[in-house]
Amino acid sequence: MSSVIDWENTPNPVKENRAGNIGKAVDRYEGPLKVTGTAPYAYEVEPPSPPAYGVLVSAPIAKGRITAVDIAAAQASPGVQLVWTYQNAPAQGPRPERYDFFTPSPRPALESDEVYYFGQQVAVVVADTLENAQAGAALVNLTFEDDAKAVTFHDHFAEAVQPPGESDVEIGDFEAAFAAAPVTVDDVWRTPLQNHCQMEPCATTAWWDGDQLTVHTSVQMVRVAQNSLAETLMMPHKSVRLLTRYVGGGFGGKGSFYEDLVLAALAARELGRPVKIALSRQQMMHGTVHRPATDLHVRLGATPDGKLTAMSLMTVTHCDRRGNFTEHASNFARNLYAAPNRLTGHRLIRLDLPVASAMRAPGEASGTLSLEVAMDELAEKLGMDPVELRILNEPPTDPETGKPFSIRQLVRCMREGAQLFGWDRRNPIPGRVRDGRWLVGLGMAAAIRGNFLLPAKASFTVDADGVITVKQGMTDIGTGTYTVLAQIAAETLGVPLADVRVEIGDSELPPAPGSGGQFGAATAGSAALDAGMNLRAAIAEIAVADPASPLFGGPSEDITFQDGVIAIANRSERLSDLIRRNRPEGLTAEGEVRPAADAGLWSSHTYGAHYVEVGVDTVTGEVRTRRMLGVFAAGRILNYKTARSQLTGGMIWGVGSALTEGNAVDPHYGSLINQDLASYLVPVQADIGELDAIMLDEVDDKANPMGIKGVGELGISGAGAAVANAIYNACGVRVRDYPITPDKLLAALMAKGL
Amino acid sequence: MRPFTYERATDAASAVKAAAETPNAKFLAGGTNLLDLMKLEIEHPAHLIDVGRLPMAAIEETPEGGLRIGAMATNSHVAADARVRAHYPVLTQAIVAGGSGQLRNKATTGGNLLQRTRCAYFYDTTKPCNKRAPGSGCGALEGLNRNSAIFGASHACIATHPSDMAVALTALGATVETLSPSGRARAFPIIELHRLPGETPDVETHLIAGELITAVVLPPPPDGGQVYRKVRDRASYAGGLASVAVVGANLALGAVAHKPWRAVDAEAALKAGASPAEAISRELEAASENGRNGFKIDVVSRLVPAAIAEARAQGRGA
Amino acid sequence: MKTTITVNGQARALDVDPRTTLLDALREHLRLTGSKKGCDHGQCGACTVLVNGVRINSCLSLAVMHDGDQVTTIEGVGTVEKLSPLQQAFLTEDAFQCGYCTPGQICSALGMLQEVADNWPSQETADLTGKIRLTDDELRERMSGNICRCSAYPQIVAAIRSVAGDAA
Repeated sequence: MSSVIDWENTPNPVKENRAGNIGKAVDRYEGPLKVTGTAPYAYEVEPPSPPAYGVLVSAPIAKGRITAVDIAAAQASPGVQLVWTYQNAPAQGPRPERYDFFTPSPRPALESDEVYYFGQQVAVVVADTLENAQAGAALVNLTFEDDAKAVTFHDHFAEAVQPPGESDVEIGDFEAAFAAAPVTVDDVWRTPLQNHCQMEPCATTAWWDGDQLTVHTSVQMVRVAQNSLAETLMMPHKSVRLLTRYVGGGFGGKGSFYEDLVLAALAARELGRPVKIALSRQQMMHGTVHRPATDLHVRLGATPDGKLTAMSLMTVTHCDRRGNFTEHASNFARNLYAAPNRLTGHRLIRLDLPVASAMRAPGEASGTLSLEVAMDELAEKLGMDPVELRILNEPPTDPETGKPFSIRQLVRCMREGAQLFGWDRRNPIPGRVRDGRWLVGLGMAAAIRGNFLLPAKASFTVDADGVITVKQGMTDIGTGTYTVLAQIAAETLGVPLADVRVEIGDSELPPAPGSGGQFGAATAGSAALDAGMNLRAAIAEIAVADPASPLFGGPSEDITFQDGVIAIANRSERLSDLIRRNRPEGLTAEGEVRPAADAGLWSSHTYGAHYVEVGVDTVTGEVRTRRMLGVFAAGRILNYKTARSQLTGGMIWGVGSALTEGNAVDPHYGSLINQDLASYLVPVQADIGELDAIMLDEVDDKANPMGIKGVGELGISGAGAAVANAIYNACGVRVRDYPITPDKLLAALMAKGL
Repeated sequence: MRPFTYERATDAASAVKAAAETPNAKFLAGGTNLLDLMKLEIEHPAHLIDVGRLPMAAIEETPEGGLRIGAMATNSHVAADARVRAHYPVLTQAIVAGGSGQLRNKATTGGNLLQRTRCAYFYDTTKPCNKRAPGSGCGALEGLNRNSAIFGASHACIATHPSDMAVALTALGATVETLSPSGRARAFPIIELHRLPGETPDVETHLIAGELITAVVLPPPPDGGQVYRKVRDRASYAGGLASVAVVGANLALGAVAHKPWRAVDAEAALKAGASPAEAISRELEAASENGRNGFKIDVVSRLVPAAIAEARAQGRGA
Repeated sequence: MKTTITVNGQARALDVDPRTTLLDALREHLRLTGSKKGCDHGQCGACTVLVNGVRINSCLSLAVMHDGDQVTTIEGVGTVEKLSPLQQAFLTEDAFQCGYCTPGQICSALGMLQEVADNWPSQETADLTGKIRLTDDELRERMSGNICRCSAYPQIVAAIRSVAGDAA
């Protein structure tokens, strides 16, 4: 079992960074393929023979059952080769009672006549062309019986229960302290259901070679998808090869997989030819997972000089009827500010809605939209600067557990951000700054997101040309995995970046958990570092034992790796020469990482601070983001270019959460009102003004052997709250029901006589 | 999409003839709305007559001193035309407020006028919609109808017309020219092109079957300032919550009715000396709320005076 | 239906279903999969190609409408061995993450720069009768028909700016 102490005390090439590959703003490894359109995503992979095309048919009701099936017209439609509903779909492994992210289990498609949510896939049509499959799908005639359903979150609060196995966390006596506090904030914020809207809809290309199945699909987690698919198809795991080399966005929504994967595999088996299926954009909204809505009740109590005495964030949220997911929007509050009396917890309501699951920074993305605005409200009540209020309540150790922080530079993020952004120019009195038709305001908020490490493996191979190949069943969903693995390999083996190859996204490769929870780089990278170290040791052993090597007989622990050359003092040779003589077929070493046994002794997080300037048109209620800056502390940064992009991307997600994004449930039909990208409004280029992210120098030696942490989710945490606070500073109005659209802001302005 | 046959028209006369003679035929110009709707099984023509290459893309000056814009002129070309920019800036502003660069490059003047509502219940074939499936009911009436009409709605339909361009053309008092299958050409004010929903929201215009819009004619440049303002949830590439075109003393509103809404009561009030705020409140006396769209009344009541003030400032050469 | 489209300079004879969109003709018939299908309804811009030099959404056009047209896709812009200046700028500025919207962004930017050169206005253009200055706000507005859910928007502006020069 590894230990944090070992990680801290053991030097390694990533920490030493002699060649300077670590941290460098290296261009994306797979970038040339992406900018030329030659990176094949799942639907674009060339199968061994021309594919048939599948199209899914979705349920038009939220709850009930299929009472009649008529597929004759669809079957007779030109080019149609196969039509399946629950009545004639092949047998599949049984669905477990509950799913979870990391445990493989069967996920049968078209399993019964029951409909659990609007948009559930209820049929598939496969035809010789896409056009014929789409036309055939429109002819599938199913009759449904509509049952009474519960779909409106706020009408079912009476049914809210503790999530299974959880309890509230209370420190001290919150209610008493809150009641006694001289200054308080007590408000409820609402966040809507949100959709991931990855640009690439979920898609699969599948084919068979005898009993061997090959699928190219678009998922974030290779091994669990591959195992689950095999179990669904009731096949041995080893008979399924799953590849996902390029993923057109995930954000948590491809942490699971969908009917495209199962039905493409089954249809390809049935038809004896490759089959490809993609979800339509409309099917992505209902047929894949979403971030559930939350109701966030924040209560803060403080002394007149600004010390928090009581802090509570209670979340009510929902998941689907058969679901197993809680949006843990209160969790981050347990680690953020000092307050002796604290109460946090969650309540869950099961509804007849599509499946709720993780979306970028689950928990923090929603929760910070409440607490980080409540802190702004408290600062105003206290007559304090919001930055100073936060700094005053900075905890010396974890405010709930008392554990030491591995490292915490939140204050530095806030201070540096304030200076770089010009926070001192903020007028604390709202509504005082005008620029043409815009009232201008500044806002800020803190960011926090957990740090995680999961078990993973990797292998490194050096060939006779001295080229290092990294292999790992990991994914790159736009996060930069290819690139940072290449950097780690180059640094570890002392070869130029151009001499590194990276192979990921394949179930035949050493398993890694995949992309999610901003654990990807730390997890995959640490396993890669271990594989690299093991390869160094193997190379050293061969070198000192090879009489033909100048290094022969030397102390293997003294060998250095640099510029493709291995050396002991002034004796050296090219790595390729050694391998060519001794291992012309190549030399491979494996490595792995596991969480440290003592990792739980520290409180380990990533932190940041957002500063934003908005304009509010008080005539129309429109809001525009004018400029935004985030300052972040997230351990050692492997690649400043890709890390910055992750952070700025997250910040823009926060802008979307604050201003435009949200899906509403039609109470009569149980469907989401926004079923496409013209109605579900993610930010576009014009919504985003000047925007940048800065990363502080930091090493978190307790996080993992490299001292790095993740940045994929940190950027969104708090970003929307900063926008909401800026809106208040601009116009003196708070809207606590996200997103802050013109209708809501206008109503609030008019209520204030503005 | 259901199977259909396709032909490319070589001249307008044969296009309208084919449209009249072929069952369930439709004209296809840019296709940006029709193909969208066909993919969703909302439109299912049996035959498409591609009029996109008919020689009707020119923008030329009329003897009266106005401009004739060919129906096949793309939105981008109209917006970029030097004469339009100089003399009808409200039209350029309205066009570039709609869609995206890519859509405007494809969408035509005629097609823009005939685009269909973006009502979510119209777009979702699992929902009742009297416009899409006459007699099935209106899912929006008691649904999430934030973006529905405040003027001229009926119990059968509360959808809005999505065009920005048409709002500017309405304020400009443009004329629509058409060709009928009989070979008859006619011209009529744009305000007479679209219908209110009434009992038959599926019938959206006063065009007869097979009638083809051939041009839109702008009158000589009007006096006074011109302004187009659009309120929306996102800074770009989003439909309007409400919009207004001001052309001198003319006012038209967008995204508030089943058709571009000429605010005649407000215009009359302005002429009678009312303030802009009074004038628009006169217009809004006829407005009605449907559940969630009441904010549009507030938006219009605030936006219109601001736009009028802006136009008047221009008129004064400010 | 028989249709001939010149794609990236090469005349390609196609026999397509009238229902086949230009996007599906490129992707499924010609195996030019660089143009992406993000929404299939003109709501994302991932399918943007240049037709006769003008950017359009290839998902909202039928292949048969383009008989005789000149189509440029991302495959005609540059290759891995020889990136175009804009492709190189996207790489250098990290103007993408997942990469799925990228071909559409690049084709759109090429069309957009021509529109600016032709002095076409946008809703950011304050002076409709003057010469267009490609300010950052103009650039952002003109690229708003291309959604990037990874939200590489600042980097996309930087990439295009590095090729277009300063407020051309």
